[in-house]
Amino acid sequence: MDYTIVVALEMVRAVAWLVLLASGLAIIFGMMRIINFAHGEFLMLGGYTVVISTGHGVNEWIAMLVLAPIVVGIFGVLVERLVIQRLYGRILDSLLATWGLSMLMIGGVTMIFGNSVTGVATPLGGMSIGAYQVPRYNFVLIFAAIALLLAIWAVLKFTKAGLIARATMQNPDMSEALGIPTRWVYMATFGIGSAITGFAGALLAPLTGVVPTMGVNFIAQSFITVITGGASVITGTLSAATLLGSISQGMTFLTGPVYGDAALLLAALVLLRLLPQGITGRIFKKSL
Amino acid sequence: MEKPVTRDPGFYVMVAIGLAVMFIAPVMLDLFTIMQITQYVVLSVFALSLGYIWGFGGILSFGQAAFFGLGAYTFAVASINMGSTTIPMVLAFVIPTLFGAALGYFMFYGRLSDVYLGVVTLVVALIFWKLINHTAGPEYSIGSARLGGFNGIPSIPTLHVPGDPSAWLDPGQMFQVFMGFLLVIYVALRFLIASDFGRVSISIRENETRSSLLGYDVRKHKVIVFAIGGGIAGIAGAMWATYQAFIDPNSVSMEMSAKALVWVMAGGVGTLVGPIIGCILLQWLTLQLGTVDVVNSIAVLGAIMMVLVLALPKGIVPTARSLLLGGYILWKRNHGQAIPGKVVKE
Repeated sequence: MDYTIVVALEMVRAVAWLVLLASGLAIIFGMMRIINFAHGEFLMLGGYTVVISTGHGVNEWIAMLVLAPIVVGIFGVLVERLVIQRLYGRILDSLLATWGLSMLMIGGVTMIFGNSVTGVATPLGGMSIGAYQVPRYNFVLIFAAIALLLAIWAVLKFTKAGLIARATMQNPDMSEALGIPTRWVYMATFGIGSAITGFAGALLAPLTGVVPTMGVNFIAQSFITVITGGASVITGTLSAATLLGSISQGMTFLTGPVYGDAALLLAALVLLRLLPQGITGRIFKKSL
Repeated sequence: MEKPVTRDPGFYVMVAIGLAVMFIAPVMLDLFTIMQITQYVVLSVFALSLGYIWGFGGILSFGQAAFFGLGAYTFAVASINMGSTTIPMVLAFVIPTLFGAALGYFMFYGRLSDVYLGVVTLVVALIFWKLINHTAGPEYSIGSARLGGFNGIPSIPTLHVPGDPSAWLDPGQMFQVFMGFLLVIYVALRFLIASDFGRVSISIRENETRSSLLGYDVRKHKVIVFAIGGGIAGIAGAMWATYQAFIDPNSVSMEMSAKALVWVMAGGVGTLVGPIIGCILLQWLTLQLGTVDVVNSIAVLGAIMMVLVLALPKGIVPTARSLLLGGYILWKRNHGQAIPGKVVKE
């Protein structure tokens, strides 16, 4: 019984993990149809923000929940202004450019901080379920993922900004004709997507440690989740994360973490063969 | 590209340069330089594989290193087990080709768009890299070859004369053989591109919908182009393995895929010489920068990639070509002759 609860909890945590990893990317992709190849390095930047600010005596929760999103968000806006905005309409070029950015960031951070893992203490400690020890931090991750999705949903559904964002997502030309400055919408989207990515990176930092090359470990999972989900930000991310998270976590329980990743990829390939536009390209078409 | 290969003077010039380098370099240059150049030759083959599928099939693969690594590992495992290098070299072409066909089937018959394609190829290479990195234990071995995980596979046999495993090639001969490989692949690709099949794949690159409406099976063509590119990358991988006598997971890394992209971008998409020139130029640059400790080579590669996308999206060879052509037209104009094809009827 206890074991079942632990396994179920791990499954939910895996899904929450994928939601956190992919949300920022999904927002940018859903809006601009651009996959940000530097996504992993944006996560890394969020992690480093936590390491540096806690090193200067800032409370770790403030560093995670406030500082990391702000820093990475501002960085995202800078990147959009300097690089991405020159490449609208040239999707492949924007992929290449963001990949270049990714390597530039890995190299740059390595030059500044060195190529070593900096650990971040996991807050809150553990608790026991029957005979098993479970870190309390897992619940933080799950709660953060739920809160994040709810927040994105509420903003898109109930605010003026959300309305403008949805309009631009659906039909950029028409929105432009109605007087919406789509370029500014894109800039804001990129900034917000980056901020969410920074937030995710900060939350992951205690679990993985922080190192310049850490992004590589997450991008496969995040990219696959986003493209399997399709263009709808919330439904897509949630459905893909649930499906892929449970498959890979199940596989991890059976054989170990390496094959978990391989299973994730295989499942995604088969799924894309059946639903080339992602899950929300066929099912839940009208959803957010 | 429109005229037959045999009537293009540029083709003969390239082959002549290749043959000249192949036979003169080992006589003129010292051993160390020869071994350095061999490296460029191997990587040029790798660059050609991406240059072909991207420039002449419109398939942008972000994970070309997956095939490079697959070829390298296939060659390493097979040659260690067989003690000979002839059949492994063939296998290093066949297995990546089959893998490319299988992956291509999923991607192209699923009609994935460009963005999805880039992501899927990248992720395949990444997963491959992760899997190989985790094969360090002795339980991961194929026959007598241990995969070695992040430690790589050491003591891969040197290339030898087919049928006689004791007749190893010395570095000079190896250079000539590899140069031969490069030339053969270049010539074969030129003819393939000029053939009916090549023309159809170019038309698919230009306009997929129109090609399919004209009755061509776009998906099948793309799978074949992708598989051929995979096979060539596999051969490059095998050459890399036997040249270094060692292979490790870095050959499958994202950096390797990125390098191939940068070479093709720098040299020019839509040419075959471009990727080779880009490869040689940028590898040489990396080598020079490697001697400077302060600058991180990955950062430089990334910066070059961004600058290329923003400032020189066409690449060196097409830019130079259009400059030369522009100069030629100007020269004609100044000498009072009409430009061909622009004669106005009275």
